[in-house]
Amino acid sequence: MKGEVTLMKGNEAVAHAAIRYGCDGYFGYPITPQSEVLETLEALMPWETTGMVVLQAESEVAAINMVYGGAATGKAVMTSSSSPGISLKQEGISYIAAASLPALILNVMRGGPGLGTIQPSQADYFQATKGGGHGDYHLIVLAPASVQEMVDFVGLGFDLSFKYLTPAMILADGIVGQMMEKVVLPEQRPRRTDEEVKKQCPWAANGRTGLRKRNVVTSLELESAKMEVNNHRLQATYREIEKNETRWEEIDVEGADYLMIAFGSVARICDKARELAAEKGLKVGIVRPITLWPFPTEAINKAAQGKKGILVVELNAGQMIEDVRLAVHDNLPVEHFGRLGGIIPSPNEIVDALEEKLVNPKK
Amino acid sequence: MEITDIIREENKVYSAPQLLDEVDMHYCPGCSHGVVHKLVSEVIHEMGLTETTVGVSPVGCAVFAYNYIDVDWVEAAHGRAPAVATAIKRLWPQNTVFTYQGDGDMAAIGTAESIHAANRGENIVMIFVNNAIYGMTGGQMAPTTLLGQKTATTPYGRRVDLNGHPLEITELMKMLDGTCYVTRQSVHTPAAVRKTKAALKKAFQNSLDKKGTSVVEVVSTCNSGWKLSPEKANEWMVENMFPKYPLGDLKDI
Repeated sequence: MKGEVTLMKGNEAVAHAAIRYGCDGYFGYPITPQSEVLETLEALMPWETTGMVVLQAESEVAAINMVYGGAATGKAVMTSSSSPGISLKQEGISYIAAASLPALILNVMRGGPGLGTIQPSQADYFQATKGGGHGDYHLIVLAPASVQEMVDFVGLGFDLSFKYLTPAMILADGIVGQMMEKVVLPEQRPRRTDEEVKKQCPWAANGRTGLRKRNVVTSLELESAKMEVNNHRLQATYREIEKNETRWEEIDVEGADYLMIAFGSVARICDKARELAAEKGLKVGIVRPITLWPFPTEAINKAAQGKKGILVVELNAGQMIEDVRLAVHDNLPVEHFGRLGGIIPSPNEIVDALEEKLVNPKK
Repeated sequence: MEITDIIREENKVYSAPQLLDEVDMHYCPGCSHGVVHKLVSEVIHEMGLTETTVGVSPVGCAVFAYNYIDVDWVEAAHGRAPAVATAIKRLWPQNTVFTYQGDGDMAAIGTAESIHAANRGENIVMIFVNNAIYGMTGGQMAPTTLLGQKTATTPYGRRVDLNGHPLEITELMKMLDGTCYVTRQSVHTPAAVRKTKAALKKAFQNSLDKKGTSVVEVVSTCNSGWKLSPEKANEWMVENMFPKYPLGDLKDI
């Protein structure tokens, strides 16, 4: 039913959203805390309804290369995993970016490094926003803070990746993947027909219909002069994306003395901390980057004007804070508060950190 | 009789394959890849599959297969061709999809992808060129390198205690329920070339008939890597490779 509110986990919601978007194929491998994506898709059996392909691969490596293959034919394909699995996918992601292919990758982050923990984390910020695999490339990185955004960013991620022919990543923390919330699913869209795919993606390798010139999807170019041109082409796309697609949310920034900057579910904990701080007479505003790449550099610089300090709150040891410092040129104190190893901070802890690090710092 | 009376279409016994581009190949003189490329081109054209075929090229000497055979191509990361092909075939079930892999791609770095694609019985053709050496990177040991065989990384010959045994990946493929046709051929004589072509045709037909995965191994020469003349390389292959990798059908359902 249109606009019907349902209750579900973030991971389940992604599965529903993929089918309803008209996604052509999902290829994945189980890993906690995101296995519900594949489980839900297998239970919903979309191959019987929309014709969407769902396949449990033999590894994350195989899954991302299935995504590469599907994307190379012009189909809307995706995978999901969690931190250690995303590390395994980096080779394939680099190839997808290098070949200018559209694809959607979901990372429901858990604590690392190594096998780490299955509890929530945001420690893959560097990996997601600075490239991740080898070579000069970027992903469009979307950070959902709610189950509704998990749903919305499936559509947004696919749309942007097809618009710019570059892979997009939904960088969710384990909280957003695992928590249940009210959500409104989009209406079912039909999958594109093969003819529509061929028309929309004339570059795709899906057979020389009408004996057209052959299409080759590759990232290989041994001539350095040509490879430099290929790199410049990618960089030009990234500049376009930076210009057009930077997204963020602001709460009570105007009139605030301090800023909290956080992404994903942590931004919602910060919102509660903002209320608690107000009870103590502290005026706090929040900037929540929605696109982690492109990063809302200018927005943060503008929001920081006239403020006394910034507290960057993350479920890591200090990653996004580097981009915040670059954004404000270290013109004001920028401090970090992070919990590691899968621990989620309480709003009170964040207010305490604000007071200790910025309001009444010990010299 | 004038020569022009003889050179007529009805007298033609051989011509260049329609789908093989007239460009210089990067392969060494004497390499088997050129012959295998020719056969793949002929089979796709003769079976009327030009408009519906997608090839997946490997990393290795055949990485540039897409520069020669005039069908759509996707260039895969090293060893990942069967995963790439799996998705293409599942998303475009009406298309014919084949991988073209070397011994490193099929039996070392891509063993998992190769075994699992075949075990799922993906309706694809896997062409496996086994020359027992890594040609592209300069002649290092392959998983199929023979015991005693000298390579850049086994300069005194492959030893079991250091390097393990040559991997019989095609025999492994035979054991999988997903494969319908597993064969080992070569292209060192005109008769062998004809047999390999027939094997490729059967493999592509199996894909059209949705029978499962077909694996066509072509035991091949790498005269540059083996440091032999093309002629000597063929002799060495017959004497040394064939006893370990005997030709013939391993499975044909």
